[in-house]
Amino acid sequence: MTEPLLKVEGLKKYFPVTGGMFGRVKGQVKAVDDISFYVNEGETLGIVGESGCGKSTTGRMLMRLLDPTEGKVTFDGQELTSLSASEMRKARRDIQMVFQDPYASLNPRHSIEKILMEPLNVHNIGDPKERKRKVHEFLEIVGLSSYHAKRYPHQFSGGQRQRIGIARALMTNPKLIIADEPVSALDVSIQAQVLNLMQDLQRDLKLTYIFIAHDLGVVRHISDRVGVMYLGNMAELADTESLYEKPLHPYTQALLSAVPVPDPDFVREEVVIKGDVPSPANPPSGCRFHTRCPFKMDICSQEIPRFAEVEPGHSVACHLYEECRPQ
Amino acid sequence: MDERKTILDVKGLRTSFFTDDGEVPAVDNVDFHIRQGEVLGIVGESGCGKSVTSLSIMGLVPSPPGKIVSGEILFQDKDLTKLSDKEMRQIRGDDIAMIFQEPMTSLNPLFTIGNQLREALKIHKKDWSKSQIQERAVEMMKLVGLPRAEALLNDYPHQLSGGMRQRVMIAMALLCDPKVLIADEPTTALDVTIQAQILKLIKNLNERLDTAVLLITHDLGVVAETCERVVVMYAGKVVEEGPVHTIFNDPQHPYTRGLLESVPDMRFKKERLYSIPGNVPKPGSIKVGCKYAARCEFAFDRCRVEDPALYQTAEDHKTRCFLFDPKEAESHDRTVVES
Repeated sequence: MTEPLLKVEGLKKYFPVTGGMFGRVKGQVKAVDDISFYVNEGETLGIVGESGCGKSTTGRMLMRLLDPTEGKVTFDGQELTSLSASEMRKARRDIQMVFQDPYASLNPRHSIEKILMEPLNVHNIGDPKERKRKVHEFLEIVGLSSYHAKRYPHQFSGGQRQRIGIARALMTNPKLIIADEPVSALDVSIQAQVLNLMQDLQRDLKLTYIFIAHDLGVVRHISDRVGVMYLGNMAELADTESLYEKPLHPYTQALLSAVPVPDPDFVREEVVIKGDVPSPANPPSGCRFHTRCPFKMDICSQEIPRFAEVEPGHSVACHLYEECRPQ
Repeated sequence: MDERKTILDVKGLRTSFFTDDGEVPAVDNVDFHIRQGEVLGIVGESGCGKSVTSLSIMGLVPSPPGKIVSGEILFQDKDLTKLSDKEMRQIRGDDIAMIFQEPMTSLNPLFTIGNQLREALKIHKKDWSKSQIQERAVEMMKLVGLPRAEALLNDYPHQLSGGMRQRVMIAMALLCDPKVLIADEPTTALDVTIQAQILKLIKNLNERLDTAVLLITHDLGVVAETCERVVVMYAGKVVEEGPVHTIFNDPQHPYTRGLLESVPDMRFKKERLYSIPGNVPKPGSIKVGCKYAARCEFAFDRCRVEDPALYQTAEDHKTRCFLFDPKEAESHDRTVVES
């Protein structure tokens, strides 16, 4: 088997909580707490979870927009976590990001040409003439026209802005694109256009995606494998088909059963979970889901479940499956 | 036919915003009605006029620049558009109540939950005693499933989670036993597991209290799960109206069909999503013809010059599309026979 393109091991991010008169550190928010996964070249890994589960923090750490507290990220044979700031900048040529809010992630004072040329300037790719040609080329690739280059972000609709955000990410010919909620701010009809575009680009440019989203329908549509996060932990990770057809973790089951389905005749199997997500500043002991879990056992509040494979390619962190694991 | 009596009847509503570029109609000649105890969904994408419709009913359209230009909103034989501010204030929060998308911004951060719940009762139930008011507030908090209701009344909004705040909003809206509850994207800001809880609560309360609910949303899944009837809006107009099963199983308007096809379904994987070409038009930018013609794959000449009417295609199903104009069907039959 070939090496995966990206490998994440024991990644952690703790944010200090300060307080009091002298801003002393009072505690820590464990936004991401010990997660591991890998992404193969050419595939799409979806990461889902509710707000505060740490999915965006994870995405940012992969690009080192946030420095991990602990853990190792290996990309294409290179350990990103040990690189210096300038080395990391060079590495970012191969890892690019698409953000959620197409309104906030484009500088309103810059023309589209300037916005798209920026990555080329930063990474010193081509001469000015070539850069201009590339801007026009990529505008066409994402379904806009070269005459759009002279316009400013406010002259575009949300869907078009997201296309510009995607074009910007593509400018440096990256291998991996981390898309953080790229379609959640868009209307349904526009969302479908952008998802189709992302799939076409993946096929034509052999891209690898990490697709972070909260919409389970969208994630199923675009992903080859899906990881479900809860309160900074990876609860379950499997290929899309088996995760949606045979979810193992009680949280995944509850999450899937909570999604409204656009079919009035659909009868669901209900897995009801009560209450809200606890605060990550003071997470429950043991399994972090035990406070809401319908299948809670005594061990759940005492011991943190291992995140390990139960079936080939299907990993879960839950005490219910402890005996089926290879020791 | 549904026997329940119509409680709110919107007729030919046109709400416009007057800008430097002239009149921009956000809601254009909209008709629909809600029956007693019914859950009616209004679904559409951003800018389709669904929120302005709800604000028009509540008399909350920001004026200026907004104004209800024409039409009637009949509630218990009264035309809400004709009422004075004072009369409208008596209805708002009493007979017709509303909950909004973002529960944090609709609660005042400086006052306790109890203070805000009691205020609504003090305004509408002038003859109630203090203890009666307190009792009612606690009762409503319990009804919406909030734990330790009495203690929560002394908390401030920031001490609650998003889902709890939305429950407080619902409790507040239901305090005076409204006949109609307008819920504008009530679960959009919430996580799926919390969304499921809130939708269940709204549905449950609708059944128990017989309150009619007007649910405004962009999420077709939410509509399928909660509504009995659906109104689909596009560019300020109602394009299709019918019972939820008909709309989802036998959609007629090309826009409704396109919208349903574009949603990724959680239950199975589609190879490729259908996508409607183009963008939602800017309000007021299309002056003649069907507003959807430019994006419609079935558009023919007539669509570009004439505005289609809302054609009745079944007893309770209406579609604003020339494909369902009986005259169009006749002439089509003729051409088939002739050829």
